[in-house]
Amino acid sequence: MSGFSLMQVYLPIAEISVNVFYLLGLGGLVGALSGLFGVGGGFLMTPFLIFTGIPPAVAVATEANQILGASVSGVLAYWRRSSVDFKMGFVLLAGGMVGSSFGVWLFSMLRGFGQIDLVISLAYVVFLSVIGALMLAESGRTMLLHRRREAAKRKLHKHIWLHGLPLKTRFRKSKLYISALLPLGVGFFVGLLAAIMGVGGGFVMVPAMIYLIGMPTSMVVGTSLFQIIFVTANVTILQAYYNQTVDVFLALLLLIGGVIGAQIGTRAGSFLRGEQLRGLLALVVLGVCARILFDLVVTPNDLFSLASSAVSAAGL
Amino acid sequence: MTMIQAIMKKRTPDTGNLLIPLLAVVFLLAGPAAVRAEALVADLSSHLIAITTGFQGSELLLFGAIDGEGDVVVLVRGPEEPLKVRRKDRIGGVWINRDEVTFKKAPVFFRMASSRSMEDFVPYALLSRHRMGLRFLEIPAADETVPQAKVTSFRTALIRTKTREGLYTLGEGTVTFLGDRLFRTNVVFPPNVPTGTYTIEVFLVRDGHVVGAQTTPLIVSKVGLGAEVFLFAHRHAALYGILSVILAMLAGWLGAVAFRKV
Repeated sequence: MSGFSLMQVYLPIAEISVNVFYLLGLGGLVGALSGLFGVGGGFLMTPFLIFTGIPPAVAVATEANQILGASVSGVLAYWRRSSVDFKMGFVLLAGGMVGSSFGVWLFSMLRGFGQIDLVISLAYVVFLSVIGALMLAESGRTMLLHRRREAAKRKLHKHIWLHGLPLKTRFRKSKLYISALLPLGVGFFVGLLAAIMGVGGGFVMVPAMIYLIGMPTSMVVGTSLFQIIFVTANVTILQAYYNQTVDVFLALLLLIGGVIGAQIGTRAGSFLRGEQLRGLLALVVLGVCARILFDLVVTPNDLFSLASSAVSAAGL
Repeated sequence: MTMIQAIMKKRTPDTGNLLIPLLAVVFLLAGPAAVRAEALVADLSSHLIAITTGFQGSELLLFGAIDGEGDVVVLVRGPEEPLKVRRKDRIGGVWINRDEVTFKKAPVFFRMASSRSMEDFVPYALLSRHRMGLRFLEIPAADETVPQAKVTSFRTALIRTKTREGLYTLGEGTVTFLGDRLFRTNVVFPPNVPTGTYTIEVFLVRDGHVVGAQTTPLIVSKVGLGAEVFLFAHRHAALYGILSVILAMLAGWLGAVAFRKV
């Protein structure tokens, strides 16, 4: 017991003491999941941090910082393989910068009204339930298809009306000639999510890039990581400036665990069957979703809560 | 008089708060109370609580001696801060913050310890004058037009929450005597103890009157790396953000390089 308590670390911004090994382990576990499935893991990490007792505002802002590090780690590999569409990345980024800046502003406003925790929770319930259900359905379908020994055929690029919007631009690397408004809009929306939910947004952006924009799958992950780096950097700086909610100790501990976990996950991935694991991840996602929903609906022990009313003076 | 005012003007508000009780003690001890001062002597095992990186709460020993008979009351008060109290209501099945009351000030920490049940030896007038006990704490609402009943229920909730967090505590009977003269009590500070300048008042009560009193300051402050990081994050918020970004990128890059060579 006393040996354990020695390994407590006081997080200066979150203002609580947490066990070092717990944080390293959490980083490692989520890192392993992201290595295994190629997801960023922010959408699992932020809820787990909140369950741990980290204030939601700190969890969200700090996660942006951690995802930044994890994405740098990931993008280098894709860069070497030259599977990053920089032009598409910059257009997504332009939208992402506006979206994430707007998101941080919205975050500060909601925090002042005492509604930020509610909005974070509701956003998670909506996204986790949709993603969990989609993943579960997809892995179920794949398992069935395997049994019938039948491969699904999908058209590589379908032209939809959204591609015909004005500002048509050529993206050579992705072999696309579409309206720039589409990636701008996707970037904006994902930037907003990054600021409010503390996620990289890969779980929204990757499907949007494949199905909505119509990019080739080989370009998607690298380009999405490239965009996430700059958007999370923007979120980190703005959150630190306006809300003072970035805990650099926490981010670094999670990163150390995450980098190691990702390596383990990537290696383990080659030994395990994909669709069964995806089904398992879907259940984890739905479980986390259920827990958040439960906390929202169940009658709290005390209806009253305290908040410091001291106005946060940026740059004081 | 004017000299004190001149000193006060030069001080920042923080040190000013500390100065007033200190001056009060000096006058108490040096003035006509010279004889009374001997009735009670008390001190703390430490006048500084340092919140370090591994901080898990702290416990201080308050000890002293009294002359003659009487009971001892110890009041530990943290600095005051403005607070908002919010009340949740169920809307569409979900609990949402609705009503709120802002309080101008409330002590961040309060502890009262005594040698036996307060009702047995302290009259009401004395409780109220020295603000002994949770119901005598000075927690005024910022907006005076808020109905009294509402303020009362929100203030009760504030005190209840602080009590649950271990920040407002009562310890009747926790001041113990060793023989007739020596007394001691432990003051526990939880891991979430707020920083600032605390005051510790010790009273000797005999026959319903205060016959001896002493005030001691106590500093709770963050020290070490954690404190530096906290201050830096608040004073140079933009720079802190940029450094966080650089650190995270560096860590991510190092991780990628380290595992490529394995």
